[in-house]
Amino acid sequence: MKFFEYMGKELFARYGVPVPRGRMITDAGEAAVVAAEIGAPVVVKSQILSGKRGKGGGIKFADTPEEAREAAAQLLGKTVQGLPVEMLLVEEKLSIEHEYYLAFAIDGAAKRPVLIASARGGMDIEEVPGEYIVKEYIDLCLGIQPYLARDICRRLELDGQPAKELQRMLPLLYRLFREKDAELVEINPLVLSGGRLIAADAKVTIDDEALYRQQDLPRVEERTPVEREAHALGLSYVQLDGNIAVMANGAGITMGTLDTICHYGGRPANFLDAGGGTGMEATAKALEILLSTNPRVILINIFGGITRCDDVAAAFAKVKQERGIPVPVVIRLVGTNEEEGVRILRENGIEAYKVMHEAAAKAVELARD
Amino acid sequence: MAIIIDEKTNVIVQGITGNQGLFHTRQMLAYGTRIVGGVSPGKGGREVEGVPVYNTVNEAVEAHQVDASVLFIPAPFAKDAALEAIDAGIKVVVIITEHIPVHDEMEIIAFARRRGTIVIGPNTFGIVSSGRCKIGIPPNQFFVPGHIGVVARSGTLTYEIVGNLTANGLGQSTVVGLGGDRVVGLSFVDVLEKFEKDPETRAVVLVGEIGGNAEEEASRFIKKMRKPVVAYIAGKSAPPGKRMGHAGAIIERGRGTFEGKVQALTEAGARVAVLPFEVPGLIKEALG
Repeated sequence: MKFFEYMGKELFARYGVPVPRGRMITDAGEAAVVAAEIGAPVVVKSQILSGKRGKGGGIKFADTPEEAREAAAQLLGKTVQGLPVEMLLVEEKLSIEHEYYLAFAIDGAAKRPVLIASARGGMDIEEVPGEYIVKEYIDLCLGIQPYLARDICRRLELDGQPAKELQRMLPLLYRLFREKDAELVEINPLVLSGGRLIAADAKVTIDDEALYRQQDLPRVEERTPVEREAHALGLSYVQLDGNIAVMANGAGITMGTLDTICHYGGRPANFLDAGGGTGMEATAKALEILLSTNPRVILINIFGGITRCDDVAAAFAKVKQERGIPVPVVIRLVGTNEEEGVRILRENGIEAYKVMHEAAAKAVELARD
Repeated sequence: MAIIIDEKTNVIVQGITGNQGLFHTRQMLAYGTRIVGGVSPGKGGREVEGVPVYNTVNEAVEAHQVDASVLFIPAPFAKDAALEAIDAGIKVVVIITEHIPVHDEMEIIAFARRRGTIVIGPNTFGIVSSGRCKIGIPPNQFFVPGHIGVVARSGTLTYEIVGNLTANGLGQSTVVGLGGDRVVGLSFVDVLEKFEKDPETRAVVLVGEIGGNAEEEASRFIKKMRKPVVAYIAGKSAPPGKRMGHAGAIIERGRGTFEGKVQALTEAGARVAVLPFEVPGLIKEALG
């Protein structure tokens, strides 16, 4: 779950990490109020979940409260990078002496948290040459000890007061990262301004699997309504832009099915993993979700281990009988209770496929007609 | 011998009295797995399918020689159960559970490292030593003893590929499910190293997917392998930034792409199948 910038900064503030003065607003008049409170030039920043809002015109500067109101009026209700702007962060404009990059992330290969820092902040970290990147894997038993913090400062060529501030900030950010089940805590840029280090931006991503134990964190919904409906049923659903709706049991085989469709020149409409052990009812609901997206063809690929072929067939029969299925359906059914499943489908006018790529090829053919 | 487990491996089932634990204990017993006990706090003293249930892992370990544990434990309690198993000295811990928070996964693995425990998973179908021992959830009928080692991040896709191998007369030595999460115990390299040393394994099938850099890491080792590797990578059509079912299957900031993985594997000498059904043909070609 990705946080908006203002949420990340609120969290930083709670943990004692310095952020610019300012707050989130939802109407242009408030922008003037905040600018007046700050009493100095401000930045008006679109709160959208995109890394490139500056390039998309999503950030404006204002020297006076009136300019702030105008800037806010120009941004609110518009789209930046294809995303609607409903909230803005109005904050003091910092004088920038230097920009650093600082992040805590999770390294899958090392299976540990990793601290990434650079004296070349303010740009895309992916474009910073390796020799300017400081990377340190964190041992969970140690966390950020003072000796490590001092070493990071040395490698960033930071000393004096700024170094002391970074040494204070690192364990606080790490604690935030661990306590809030974050997958990413990124500050780019971490600005040296008036001798102090301030988080000019905040990208925080919270592990979706940990939300159950992070009840006090705000929720940000990035999913489409259909994706949400599927999630509530315990299904994994991703909207794509083709016309062949797909359902399979298992993430890997669903991806494989999508790949096979594309290989034969078709375009999948979605990814839907009905998972293992999904019973008849949930499978029927999954089918209804697919129908609601108005595809040209539906392809169902089941390799049943825990998933029972007769359950899937019964789900198809139920939906067909109850509301009808107005589009062609291609079903591949192999595995547990296969014979029974094939029989039920035959009774409902469908010959099940045994071979995955043949079913996919047929679906592609039907979608072309 | 194949790798990690064999016909003599003694297994306990944590969460044996839950729905999943019960169902799969039956299936594993039917396969021939030596399940010597189960653990379910508060339900000690019972019997499930003839298997004694204990309140704690320590009690089970005191009563039997235990080589491995398989966990059918809901996500919020999985870390606790895994740490308990590792702490009790069990050498192989197979975590079936999906949706475990990543910080819990890092803690489990950090502790396992300290104790020298092999963790398989989380979010895995388990591990099968064909004809000898099945620890986990794959359907019994698709596995057949043979000489192809299989190591995979996904579940049903692997069954599909193993089913194809079996149908083409290519039996399996061991099939290992690494799990679909971003942070897992055993990785491709760990298993490839074992397959390379295993006298029973003649070739390896690697089933990967988008996200992370496990396949790229594996490629560095594959370059040095004598045994042939055939790979299939799922997710060619996955859009960046979208999580495709598995927690680990997401292309982020240009990393973990299909093209990157295929290139790394191909340059390392692996044969990469375009579609899953091509795998058996490529294996036969590789074995000459």
